[in-house]
Amino acid sequence: MLLYEKKKNTLTVRLSGELDHSVAAAIRAEVDELILDPRIRRLVFDLNDLEFMDSSGIGLIIGRYKLMSRRGGTVAVACRNGRVDQIFEMAGLYQLVERLA
Amino acid sequence: MSIINEMRLDFPALPENESFARMVISGFMLPLNPTLEQLADVKTAVSEAVTNAIIHGYGMGKGTVRLHATRSDDGTLAIDVIDRGCGIADVEHARQPFYTTSEGEERSGMGFTVMESFMDAVEVQSAVGRGTTVRLIKRIPARAEALAQQA
Repeated sequence: MLLYEKKKNTLTVRLSGELDHSVAAAIRAEVDELILDPRIRRLVFDLNDLEFMDSSGIGLIIGRYKLMSRRGGTVAVACRNGRVDQIFEMAGLYQLVERLA
Repeated sequence: MSIINEMRLDFPALPENESFARMVISGFMLPLNPTLEQLADVKTAVSEAVTNAIIHGYGMGKGTVRLHATRSDDGTLAIDVIDRGCGIADVEHARQPFYTTSEGEERSGMGFTVMESFMDAVEVQSAVGRGTTVRLIKRIPARAEALAQQA
């Protein structure tokens, strides 16, 4: 499930449940529509309530990072789930996006 | 080492079956009394292998994916994810981190790396035009045994 919140120039996207290939395209489409708003300069993925994620999550975040950096924006990720964090670490994701506590 | 239990499941190559395959393998491995971490390791690796079969093996087209698993009396869980799709020409190359053939789909190319990190062994057999079998091995010795080994 995807919930979002816009506050000034920051869009926070909260994902819960499971993030795999079967849902990645729908999430991508929804987030891409939300960041069409030119005021958005920062995109935060709140993954604290994510129960499962495989490498599909890496592609999703890196894809959004490319879109945001193209317009001088930034991306950050918060995840409490140690497994999700480990997968991002493995992919070197934190060299591109900020890791929030 | 002898096999105590075995399962075979054939399903169409549909993305909705990725989560179904994860659920099935979780149920199958429960008698091994895995930790939550071991359960997550196996679910993640199976998810990667099944997704590969659907996206790459069958190119999101029609086909059947087979999930075959055995559990042995020494706590070894062996899982085969089998497709009869396009096959992989250069397996070693395909296993490299960030290698991907589907740029537009935003696949990270980290599937095999994830499988290798979370499983004890990953074996890939593939023939172009005939399909791919990914064998995932996880050793889950009984907790008492694991404690004895640490002592």
